[in-house]
This record gives sequence, structure tokens and C-alpha cells, in this order.
Amino acid sequence: MTEQQHSQESPSKASRFSGMVPGLIKGLATTARTLATPSHTLEYPDVKPYLPPRTRGVIALLEENCTNCMLCARECPDWCIYIDSHKETLPATTEGGRERQRNVLDRFAIDFSLCMYCGICIEVCPFDALHWSPEFEYAEFDMRDLLHEKSKLGQWMPTVPPPPALDPNSAEPQEITAANKPARTVPKGRS
Amino acid sequence: MNPVLDVVLRLVILLLVFVVMSLVVGQTEHKVMAHMQGRLGPMYAGGYHGWAQLVADAVKFVQKEDVCPRDSDRWVFKLAPAVALSPYLVALAAIPFTATLVVADVSAGSLFVLAAIAVGILGVLMAGWSSANKYSLLGGMRAAAQLLSYELPMVLSVASVALAAGTLSLTGIANAWHPLWLLWQLPGAFVFLTAAVAELKRTPFDMPVAEPEIVMGPLTEYSGLRFAFFMLSEYAGIVVMSLLFTVLFLGGWHGPFSDGLGLVWTLLKSAVISVVIIWARVSWPRLREDQLQRLAWLVLVPLALAQLALTAGWVVLSSQ
Repeated sequence: MTEQQHSQESPSKASRFSGMVPGLIKGLATTARTLATPSHTLEYPDVKPYLPPRTRGVIALLEENCTNCMLCARECPDWCIYIDSHKETLPATTEGGRERQRNVLDRFAIDFSLCMYCGICIEVCPFDALHWSPEFEYAEFDMRDLLHEKSKLGQWMPTVPPPPALDPNSAEPQEITAANKPARTVPKGRS
Repeated sequence: MNPVLDVVLRLVILLLVFVVMSLVVGQTEHKVMAHMQGRLGPMYAGGYHGWAQLVADAVKFVQKEDVCPRDSDRWVFKLAPAVALSPYLVALAAIPFTATLVVADVSAGSLFVLAAIAVGILGVLMAGWSSANKYSLLGGMRAAAQLLSYELPMVLSVASVALAAGTLSLTGIANAWHPLWLLWQLPGAFVFLTAAVAELKRTPFDMPVAEPEIVMGPLTEYSGLRFAFFMLSEYAGIVVMSLLFTVLFLGGWHGPFSDGLGLVWTLLKSAVISVVIIWARVSWPRLREDQLQRLAWLVLVPLALAQLALTAGWVVLSSQ
């Protein structure tokens, strides 16, 4: 043991040389092997990269689903979501009926120069109005141009991938369970 | 033919061959190195796999400002790239591509080529000295020390081949070549190739331009076209050294169908040597300054001397 240690500390010239040669050959072999295998480079502007469906590229807005509840804007850690809305009164559809009110979305904007892509807005949205899209090519020359309004956010909606399939043996989605429930029947004896 | 016209024509062809071969080697280095590192290398310039990358680089270099440091030794600084590049052009003139295809068939060709290449040291030293930059000076000194110590084993290994062939003429040496030389001149060939890579200041012997230590060595202060000349001289050096190795140790144009395909054989063999030089650059780390000197004086010089003794003994015994 002590002898081995000693020889490791001060190897003779011959052993140093013989220790060097396999390393050099190994280096040559490694580079030759890499030369023979296809390179890993993706020629990006010409070849689009494959991005997994859960990629956090940009946040897309499905405007029809938005109820102006402001949850996303309030949960946003750096306050980069701007929402303006007003209430609209719809006249009654039948005579003597009640007037209805609905929310109208005037403005929905996300400032991507502030956004830190945490995804809390998407998590918190109760109506699935916000979605992750893998789209990433929205760089701008001016930082201020990164404030994107709802029209632009809506344009990213088609790039949102379909949700991943459920795991085998998992429970049915709530909606399907509800739809498959037999209709309520009126109990006998009542009218 | 008019002798003046003949000379002019030869020189034009030489210059063309010089530039084209250097650029081809440069492009090969770009691509081979890239693929050895799992990359693609240049892909855009020229359309097909970036074949015109170095042409594009040259266009870029021409447009750049030619900076000359205030404290530099102006004339020496400006002359250095030319002194570094032109020896290889001169050397290429004396290297035969086939038994008849040579720009200037010098009777002591091997001596002439070695002498011409040795002038290249001067260019690097001039660059290092005149730049008024401590990194340049350090690099220049390292280059001078390295090139001088590797000059000796190189000359000794060439002497061995010249002795075996009984002539100093490059054409004569290649004509006297025999496949058996591959075996008994192998140590000499190893010494020559190692010394050649060191002469070119390429990895693993790129101590003079070691980027992590001394920026870019003697080339630190250079920009624009002058820097491009230094780069071109590196590629031209690979061309000259691999051609020289081919002619001295691999029999140049000898090979099957050498009557018609002699030129192809020379180019093929030197292309292989060029790729080997590039391959070594990609695979191996840089030697430290003291290791570099130790390798030259304690390994290469004794090996070259042993080879010389072996060759001399064989020549004496076989001539009796």
C-alpha cells in the first residue's frame, strides 16, 4: 500500500510516458467517434425545434372563457396582467322579464417584459381562459413592444397543444361523469 | 515559350494553388473540427454546407479597421504578417507535386524548403516584438524558443531521409522512395510530423498563442487583413508541411497508376496528413512551456539522432 502510494506520488519517467499514450489515443478515438456520429445541431431557423407540449413559451388567452374575475391579475406576482372591463345590461328576452347583466372584457394585456413565466395565472384561472403555448418567437426590438393585448394573446390560442391524455385507470373527468349521470326522475306520488 | 512569360505564368499558378489549397485546408478544419465536436460548422456561406465561409471571412476582414497601436514599431508591425506568410509561398514553389510538376525544381530542394520555412519564425518574432504589448512579447518569445528548438529535430529527420535517398533534391528523394521506408523511417517520420505541428504553433504545441494565458500571443494587436494573413499563414503552413511530409516520407506521387494519377496521390496523401494535424488539434490539450521544451530536447532530438544513425548505418552497409 505504501509502496503504491509512493509510486503514485513520483512515477518514473517511463510510467509517466506509458500513462500518457493511452490517454492521447483515447482522445483521438473519442473525436473520431464523434466525427462518425451525426451531429446534434438543429438548424434552428430552417428546422423548427421539437418542443414538448408542456413547454412554457407564451401565455395564450381564450377570450370567450374569460369572465373578468381578475383572479389572474391579482395572483400575478409581478402584476404584469392588465384587465379592464365593464358591465353591460341586456334587455329582457321575454316581456316582463328581468334584465340581465354581463361582463364585457375591454382590455386584457400581459406585459411579457415583466412576466416571469411562473404560470400562476394559468393555474388560478377557474374557467381555463389562459393556456401555455410552446410558441416562443415573439422577440421585439423595443422592450415596450412586449406588452401584448388580447388580440395578440388570442392569436396564440391555435398553437396551444391539446391537453395530454389521462393516465390509464384514472378517474373520469368531472364533466363526463356529470353528463353520464342518469337524468333525475320525478318520484311517484308527487305532482 | 518566352522565359519571362513562363516565370510569370508559373508564379500566378503557384499563387492560385497556394491560396486555394490553404482555403481548402482551412475549410476542412472548420468542418472536421465542428463534426468532431458534435457540431455542424459553417452552413450558410455559399449555400452548400458553408463552402464559402473563408471567402466571407476574408471579405469581413478587408472591411475591418487596420489598427496599429500607438507605441508599436510601425514598419515592423506592418511587415510582420507578410514575413510570416511569404516563406510558405516560397517553400511551396520548390515542392514537387509529381516528378515533373514543380514550379522551381531546386537541386537541393529539401534544404531550400527548410530554410524558407525557418524564416517564418522571424515574422512571429517581429509581430511579438513590435506590438508594444506584453502578451505579444511573451508570445513572440515563446514562439521563437519553440520554433528554434523544434527546428533541430526536423532538420535531423529530413537529413535522415536525404541520406537514405542519397540526394537533397525533393524530387530525387521521392523517386528513391520505397514502401519499406514506411517501416525503417518511421521514427524519423514521427519526429518530422511532431516538429511540423510545433513549427505551425498548433495544438498541442500552441503555447505561443495560448488564449487563456496571453490573449492571442503575437497576434493580440492585429486586426483586419493583417490578422487574416496570419490565419492564412497557419493554413498555408499545414499545406506546406503535409506536402513536404508526403514527398519525404510517403513517396509523394508513388502509388497504383502513378503514371497518370501521380498528382492525385500527392494530394490525397497530403490531405490525409492535413486531417491528422487537424485531428490532433481537436483531440489533445496544450503542452506546458517546460513540457514542450523537454519533448523537443529529450525525446525528439535523441530519436532523430538515432534515426540518423540507423539510416547512416544502413546506407554504409548496403553500399559496400
